Amino acid sequence: MIRYTLKRLAAGLVTIYFIATATFATMHLVPGDPLAGKKALVPEIRENLQRKYGLDRPLPVQYVVFLGNALRGDFGISFTQRNRTVNEIIRDHFPVSAKLGVLSLLFATIGGIAFGSVTALARGRMADQTVLFLVILAISVPSFAFAGLGQYLLVDLNRLVGFEVLPVGGWGSFSHMIVPALVLGLGTMAFFTRLMRSALLEVVHQDYVRTARGKGLSPIRIFLSHELRNAVLPLLTYLGPAIAAITTGGFVVETVFAIPGLGRYFVQAFQQLDYTVIMGLTVFYGSFLVLMVIAIDILYGIVDPRISLAGDRR
Amino acid sequence: MSVPGSKIAPPPAPARPAGASMPGPLALGPEDFAPVLRRSGPQGTVRPSRSYWADAWNRLRGNRQALASLVIIVGLFLFSSVGPLFWRLDPTAPDLTRISEPPSLSRTARVLPEPPLFPDVVVPGLDPHPDGIDGATLPAPASLEVVGEPTTLGVRLEWTPVPGAAGYRVYRSTEPPAGAYLGLPVGKLDAGNVVSFEDTFALRPQTYFYSVIASNMADSPRPRTIAVTPVSAITLAAARAVRPDASLGRAITLPPHPLGTDGLGRDVLARLMAGARVTLLLIGFLAPLLAILLGVVIGGVAGYFGGLVDQWLMRFTDFVLSLPFILFLILVRVALGSGPGQSDVTALLVGLVALSWTGEARLVRGQVLQLREMEFVQAARLLGASPAHLLARHLLPNTLGVVLVAFTFAVPSSIFTEAFLSFIGMGVTPPRASWGSMCLDGFGSFLTSPHEFVFPALFISVSVLAFNLLGDGLRDALDPRLRSR
Repeated sequence: MIRYTLKRLAAGLVTIYFIATATFATMHLVPGDPLAGKKALVPEIRENLQRKYGLDRPLPVQYVVFLGNALRGDFGISFTQRNRTVNEIIRDHFPVSAKLGVLSLLFATIGGIAFGSVTALARGRMADQTVLFLVILAISVPSFAFAGLGQYLLVDLNRLVGFEVLPVGGWGSFSHMIVPALVLGLGTMAFFTRLMRSALLEVVHQDYVRTARGKGLSPIRIFLSHELRNAVLPLLTYLGPAIAAITTGGFVVETVFAIPGLGRYFVQAFQQLDYTVIMGLTVFYGSFLVLMVIAIDILYGIVDPRISLAGDRR
Repeated sequence: MSVPGSKIAPPPAPARPAGASMPGPLALGPEDFAPVLRRSGPQGTVRPSRSYWADAWNRLRGNRQALASLVIIVGLFLFSSVGPLFWRLDPTAPDLTRISEPPSLSRTARVLPEPPLFPDVVVPGLDPHPDGIDGATLPAPASLEVVGEPTTLGVRLEWTPVPGAAGYRVYRSTEPPAGAYLGLPVGKLDAGNVVSFEDTFALRPQTYFYSVIASNMADSPRPRTIAVTPVSAITLAAARAVRPDASLGRAITLPPHPLGTDGLGRDVLARLMAGARVTLLLIGFLAPLLAILLGVVIGGVAGYFGGLVDQWLMRFTDFVLSLPFILFLILVRVALGSGPGQSDVTALLVGLVALSWTGEARLVRGQVLQLREMEFVQAARLLGASPAHLLARHLLPNTLGVVLVAFTFAVPSSIFTEAFLSFIGMGVTPPRASWGSMCLDGFGSFLTSPHEFVFPALFISVSVLAFNLLGDGLRDALDPRLRSR
């Protein structure tokens, strides 16, 4: 187990290193330089700025400096937002994204388990058909359409009731989070519902379920303590991709709902070609996603001891 | 289930004379002692053997959802390839006289001369900027009326001045205003003695409710409202562009926009067709196709050769798989030199192919690992088939079913990726049309002209839905487990 963990972590670090290098290389492949997009600069000022940001040094030196700084967790200063370091941007805005992400993951998981159970229990009947249809719908409609629809319905709802039930956009209280989190988690919820349904349908035929039925347990008891518990496990493996989907999905949802999360700043940085912010946030997002996937894989091994992890077998 | 097993027809029973079956001690005739004829060649099968694909097609045919999806997909491809031959409007040509028009089949318009500039009506002797008056206490203008004939080229309003006002606000709504909401703010006049306004903004032949309120620091809550229905009109210059023989005062029929126009007056239907070529053909179809070819080659080689080759290839696959997908798509785009706001389909294509072959590679590897131990492969190897021949002739064709299913599921995810990236401005951008970029264009005016957003979003949803359902159907039809059952 420990060997497996270390192995995965080492592989993860290599990936993160590659992400950092690829980001650096990409940003220096771009024709022009970070100062190109600005207003015409006097050559002297330009030189000064280049010296300030270390852009006058040869590329390999810049690369080493970048890696060294990144190792210490220092991603430099934003080019477009005055006096703001990338670290400050992450510190200020990542918690917002994280809160939204956790809530939407919660929605997705609870909703997925609940709807998946409904479909599996009512297999072939109306409830099953309805939920399956909704799932297909949720998988097929792009998230920004749901975001737009959500806002539209909110405006109508608020107008109908006469006061603001839920805010249409912005950030601050819990009520700001509900609709964006629902929109953000919808695709994952649909995916989880499908997973849950097939896992439950498989579990129903297992011997231990038959045994439980044979010894006279009530159907509710069988469902809760035998079927559900075993069927939930596969969800864990897909938690990694789900986190990735929700993190990147935040780019759109945060923009639409005017939420000051990190995703919005990331998109904005690309739109303004804010050199250091792009590099810093890409490395940050990349490391976050890679580490999340590893953490969940390890967690899976702990939760379900039957799973022999690849590293143990070899 | 006796039919498939009994492939060999029973030998024809020798004909017995009538009465041979009569009960008796032993009713044998000489014909019972004739030798059975030996037949050469294979004996006939009961029914024609059916290939894997014919079998799969048969199963797919029974699946209504999948079949309907197939029809929709064929329709979408025809829409993007044949459609532009019939619908010949230029998807990039803006028409600023017809901005954000809702879907309509035909519209006639009266040809009018270019309207002269409407001079402001200034009330002489009125202080334009009175001080010390709270705007919230100001009354509504005593009257509000339309000057001249209201047309879609312009609606001219004039109202009686409100003493003490330092300005007026003009609002326009398509519904009778209720409560504090007066509609779209179309005019803001910052002088109390100017009492006229001409609205020329995206007018359509429908009833509008104009409200005017006085203002001095704060806005007065008391509006004066008037209902106006402008007639459809077009300037001579614009009419000549549509029909060269247009003359003043006559009505002409404007080209129809069955799905409306967008914020620059471009035809939404034509843009959807042009966008389909990017979203559906280049990104939705070509990108997964290339990615799968790459995945099949890598997975096939890894699975067939095994050992060190397999280990390294799979390690590389795992590595690519662990890269954050969307981040690297954006990075590829930046690396290929297109900044924000620039359209770059190639970068999107390259990025998608380079990053999404991993799933197929794993799938094909697994299949090949299974297949290469099977008898027919061993037989072929025994006969001296080269690895390339084995891969190309025996191993890869047998993974085709699985790969086809994977492809069908890769198409919708590619379409989604394009839409997502274009929506955050990192994919295809105007003037080039894609369904995603059209969604972005239309999103800003969702409340006032929803059709600009709804149609591209609908096309994305329908095509993704169709490919998903077809994928489900194909999986059921091609799944070997179902086959053996």
